[in-house]
Amino acid sequence: MTHPISHSPSLWQRHQIFEKNSIILVIGILIAISIGGLVEVLPLFYLKSTIEQVDGIRPLTPLELTGRNIYVREGCYNCHSQMIRPLRDEVERYGHYSLAAESMYDHPFQWGSKRTGPDLARVGGKYSDDWHRDHLRNPRSVVPASIMPGYPWLEQNLVDLSHVSDDMAVLAAEGVPYSPEMIKAAISDAKTQGSADDASTATFAKRYPKAISRDLGGNVGRLTEADALIAYLQLLGTQVDFKLYDDKANIR
Amino acid sequence: MDCITAKKLSFGEWGLSLILALTAVGAIVVAAKAWTPEFAFHAYLFAAAAIASVFAIGNRYFARPAYTPQEIDGKPNYNFDPVKFATLAALFWGIAGFTVGLYIALELSWPIFNLDLPWTSFGRLRPLHTSAVIFAFGGNVLIATSFYVVQRTCRARLAGDLAPWFVVLGYNFFIVIAGTGYLLGITQGKEYAEPEWYADSWLTIVWVTYLLVFLGTLWKRKEPHIYVANWFYLAFIVTIAVLHLGNNAAIPVSLFSSKSYIVWSGVQDAMIQWWYGHNAVGFFLTAGFLAIVYYFIPKRADRPVYSYRLSIIHFWALIFMYIWAGPHHLHYTALPDWAQTLGMTFSIMLWMPSWGGMINGLMTLSGAWDKLRTDPVLRMLVVSVAFYGMATFEGPMMSIKSVNSLSHYTDWGIGHVHSGALGWVAYVSFGAIYCLVPWLWNKREVYSLKLVNWHFWVSTIGIVFYISAMWVAGIMQGLMWRAYTALGFLEYSFVETSEAMHPMYIIRALGGGMFLIGALIMVYNIYMTIRSPEPVALGSRAAFVPGE
Repeated sequence: MTHPISHSPSLWQRHQIFEKNSIILVIGILIAISIGGLVEVLPLFYLKSTIEQVDGIRPLTPLELTGRNIYVREGCYNCHSQMIRPLRDEVERYGHYSLAAESMYDHPFQWGSKRTGPDLARVGGKYSDDWHRDHLRNPRSVVPASIMPGYPWLEQNLVDLSHVSDDMAVLAAEGVPYSPEMIKAAISDAKTQGSADDASTATFAKRYPKAISRDLGGNVGRLTEADALIAYLQLLGTQVDFKLYDDKANIR
Repeated sequence: MDCITAKKLSFGEWGLSLILALTAVGAIVVAAKAWTPEFAFHAYLFAAAAIASVFAIGNRYFARPAYTPQEIDGKPNYNFDPVKFATLAALFWGIAGFTVGLYIALELSWPIFNLDLPWTSFGRLRPLHTSAVIFAFGGNVLIATSFYVVQRTCRARLAGDLAPWFVVLGYNFFIVIAGTGYLLGITQGKEYAEPEWYADSWLTIVWVTYLLVFLGTLWKRKEPHIYVANWFYLAFIVTIAVLHLGNNAAIPVSLFSSKSYIVWSGVQDAMIQWWYGHNAVGFFLTAGFLAIVYYFIPKRADRPVYSYRLSIIHFWALIFMYIWAGPHHLHYTALPDWAQTLGMTFSIMLWMPSWGGMINGLMTLSGAWDKLRTDPVLRMLVVSVAFYGMATFEGPMMSIKSVNSLSHYTDWGIGHVHSGALGWVAYVSFGAIYCLVPWLWNKREVYSLKLVNWHFWVSTIGIVFYISAMWVAGIMQGLMWRAYTALGFLEYSFVETSEAMHPMYIIRALGGGMFLIGALIMVYNIYMTIRSPEPVALGSRAAFVPGE
């Protein structure tokens, strides 16, 4: 690589500063790769229009949170999205397109990238608890052509609630509005939500408005991983009342 | 240079041994107090690896000479042992990753393969497949080639004594922790960034050491210029560090728990995830492997790089534009439109530097095109660049919102990824390994060029099966989802579209199987190359490779 000698160095010759000094090269790389990321990421944290103003979004109940962690653990996001796009067929198939507000407390987000199975953003309330339980145990018992794996271990494993308040404390530190009272009552709230009639249902409903509270698994006194996952699935997409939601108010 | 000193335990040796011993003690404490048996298992793995490393350092001390010269007879005393290890590790993980890929392809064809067991269900195996091929196979190829290329092009021995080994072994230990974690259900739930906080922290330490070894070797160089391949390696190492830290900012629930929560949430988390995710493609799977193109193709073709100026433009344009492309993974989602539009615009522009690189790689063959007929290794390298060109045309096309509305969420994406992963990344890796192994083990050539030819054709036909099956599956499913009847109702239920995929999924598995067979042919060929008795020439030394 020889360069013609000229009086004023050409741009190509000036480039030698990067080729002869590794630290300058590293700095150049850092500048080049920083700009795009900063421009695309930072405004999302301060532009108010990023997340819509919506009523009804509450943090997950302890049981739903436990269910969500099972959803993450089993890698459900590998085949199911939770993000309905504003396209005619998707809105007709799955329901109102997803709002940013609906996942604002999701650490991490689970929008997914592939639909080997259908979108789950609004699966809540579409099927009965029994259907979900059968479907998780053996998907082909209710959808004969399904290629989903069976998850029979979920209804055999008792749910582990021993650290759910620790989970909630971390999430609270990250900005999810869990009050100290909610964190303290985590285990009893989880049990309340998973049973048909519990004395503390009223206080639970006050902490988590519109949360379902019923015997999810048909197995009184045993709260399984399947129950927790079903509690989470039944919540998905049900928090915003789209009869009242004004699309026009949040055009971005 | 020839100073005779008594053998002493170096600062690095006793210092690292001390740190490892403390790590072992700490890991055992964590294991004892761990909240779950899965996490305890990982803590014990850390302890076992730390103890084994202390013994390895001790053994090495007794075996090593008192003094390792930087040069012997005026020639650099290259350190190729870590390169050899990473090369063989790449072969091992490649076979493992391709096999898991084939297995999950069979699961999608026949769900009975999930076995109704947690450890073998698709949701846990799919991250194992992606991490094994990208980070284990690809990562070891990058570490092996970067440690080789930086030494040769700087004419200097690799910086550090234990540090290169720490990088190679530490990285592979990270792979073991990550992979076993997925099987046990330990995951962050972020695609291509599934390892949990402790694995991520460990990788950070390894990666910083990697950067220092690489930079340290550059600082020792005998050449005034840093060779272009090293720019790409450096961009890859630096950017992956930035992406890794940004996307894995998480708070562990406890020191005794594998679980952590990412500090980002919802739409911001989505943007940061795909800023990371797409640039894992851009910098891990592209910049790093372009470095391989810039070293191995000129070497194999025995021609200089086509254009020095094009390589400068290619380099800066590529790294500047790639970082913007992430939002094309989030078209029509709840990510604000302005970000989607930016992502799309830069993704389309990215076509140009990508093809600039392709042209630079292909045109390096000017005057040597005839070698494609006789040298299957060079053919593999060149076809990889052609696949790179194809994938980097398809990518910008799929990033156009209207195209993306059809292709997103379908198997078209899977096909696109695999034309890049199999055709480009794996092929350029195979080509580099076929070059590298004879150089490292002092052989004139690989054991059998005929077998390389077989590998090439079996796997090429496999790739064609794979990607065409996925094109058909993806476009068909996308069209079925949006099909309406004459009365204005959606024509197909979801499961009908899923059933329609069945034949294509079988063809895909067949293609993947052929790709695996090709790779097994390579492993046999490499094994025979290494054990063949034929030396390169009489009197040559291990550290000296002809043709620099």
